[in-house]
Amino acid sequence: MKYAFLVWKNLWRRRTRTILTVLSVLIAFMLFGLLSAFNYAFTIGTDMANANRLVTIHKISLIQPLPISYLQRIRALPGVEDVTHANWFGGYYQDQRNQAPQFPVDAASYLRLYPELELPDAQREAWLADRAGMIVGSALAEQFDWSVGDRIPIQATIWTREDGGRSWEFVIDGIFTMEEGRGGDNFMLFHYDYFNEARAFGEDMVGWYVLRVADSADPAQVAAAIDAQFANSFAETKTSTERAFAESFVQQFGDIGLIVSAVLGAVFFTILLVAGNTMAHAVRERIPEMAVLKTVGFSNGSVLALVLTESIVIAVLGGSVGLGLSWLALESIPAAVSNALPGLFLPPQAIGTGLLYMLAVGVAAGILPALQAGRLTIAEALRRA
Amino acid sequence: MSEPLVRARDVSKSFQKGRERVEVLHGLNLDITSGDFVALMGPSGSGKTTLLNMLGGLDKPTSGTISVDEQQLERMSSAALAHWRSRHVGFIFQLYNLLPMLSAARNVEVPLLLTPLKAAERRKHVATALEIVGLTDRAAHRPSELSGGQEQRVAIARAIVSDPTLLLCDEPTGDLDRTTADEILELLRALNAEHRKTVVMVTHDPRAAGFAKRTLHLDKGTLINGGAA
Repeated sequence: MKYAFLVWKNLWRRRTRTILTVLSVLIAFMLFGLLSAFNYAFTIGTDMANANRLVTIHKISLIQPLPISYLQRIRALPGVEDVTHANWFGGYYQDQRNQAPQFPVDAASYLRLYPELELPDAQREAWLADRAGMIVGSALAEQFDWSVGDRIPIQATIWTREDGGRSWEFVIDGIFTMEEGRGGDNFMLFHYDYFNEARAFGEDMVGWYVLRVADSADPAQVAAAIDAQFANSFAETKTSTERAFAESFVQQFGDIGLIVSAVLGAVFFTILLVAGNTMAHAVRERIPEMAVLKTVGFSNGSVLALVLTESIVIAVLGGSVGLGLSWLALESIPAAVSNALPGLFLPPQAIGTGLLYMLAVGVAAGILPALQAGRLTIAEALRRA
Repeated sequence: MSEPLVRARDVSKSFQKGRERVEVLHGLNLDITSGDFVALMGPSGSGKTTLLNMLGGLDKPTSGTISVDEQQLERMSSAALAHWRSRHVGFIFQLYNLLPMLSAARNVEVPLLLTPLKAAERRKHVATALEIVGLTDRAAHRPSELSGGQEQRVAIARAIVSDPTLLLCDEPTGDLDRTTADEILELLRALNAEHRKTVVMVTHDPRAAGFAKRTLHLDKGTLINGGAA
């Protein structure tokens, strides 16, 4: 700590240069924070996916429906412990911007298949007994100020009612939370039977099946058996693990991880050049001063450490503020956007990775000038003074 | 007779300059006793600064031995030499070589950072050093806010703050007007006489050399009036 004033004073000897370098590091880490959040938001589904759950969809695409009659046939296959099904509803609440996901599901089996969905027992019972009831995630309830007992009209964009209407009204029977925390509890669930009876078309079809494989069974074999069961039928299936399903869903948007890595790679490479150039200049113009430090007794290692510390301070200063600004920006994103992309926040692991990157940028930018300073020959440097 | 503080024996130093090997010092012998004040004179390129650097452990001889206070400098590693310098030698340069972004007090404090002294103790030592050189009222000023003479006083305070036995001065008055130079030389004489510092001063100026107890002349890498007992 006693060397801190030396480092600090050296940093600010060229105020403009230091500020510009800190700003460029700041922008790089702000970008890192924002892109990490988007990457996390796109992959949160894969992170939350359960390895023991399989998802069966139509072989052609997720949009193609499957007959409800498959339910019993899937359930009857060896190794299948439990099955449920769900549909994409695609409605909105009051305004088209409020497009939180809604799913008509088989309530009892869905709750069995998703134990991470936490719902008080009384609310669970109430929902199971109420055909026109729905349960909503706590994030949505908080956003729209909903309470149990409220009647909520949802406007359909796909599923018109038999009477031609687009408005579906539900009573909130429960508010659930997801144990994974943020980003996982922003959807609504209501009864498939109610939906199936009232919709104008697509009767007795479901969007996809979700099944749990018995501990003793091999998920790959079970998946193959399901797809074999429906091979050559009018609705062939494709079964994969929930994780693979979630990943393929995300892949529709492109390889988000690769895009993020490519952008960040380019940004950090540029930053390395900027910060490295700053440190190289800072050392070159201070060679006589470094010789003086060595003259009064600073070792090669101490001088090297001083330069490296300066570089790390620049990286950590700019990086921390940059990450902080990205956090602020993400926290102020409108609810409509965060509902469309749940999990859009600065993930804790990005903070840890960011800190490691700051240290890495600091060391990488400073190491060559620091080595140069450390190896400086005193007599030669003093002659240059 | 007591053992000399500084003893140089058969010291030679050569540098590679392009393809040419330039020999700066040839078989030089030198003894300096503790409490001495030696002026080292000679024409440019005679090897004065090279000899001073070697006495202070900033450079090593190509051959020969240099001992200061019975420590063989040429055998010490670079880290050991750095540690030794911080405890035993104070350097004063012609162009002061202060750190421009630090105040006078902070400049004086720099060598003390290498000691285990606490901040309060360091401040006390700094205050004493600045008082000795008569710059207490300029402690908070940066080098750019000081005159040349004041800058050199700060450099002297930095050189003595860790209480070294040996002060090595390379043209300490070379950049000062006569009056200021005399003040600096008086200060060096006082440090020698009152604080028992052994001073070796490189100078071109015979008037400056007059402040020393004895003067040695170096020419073409050899002491012409004999440096060893």
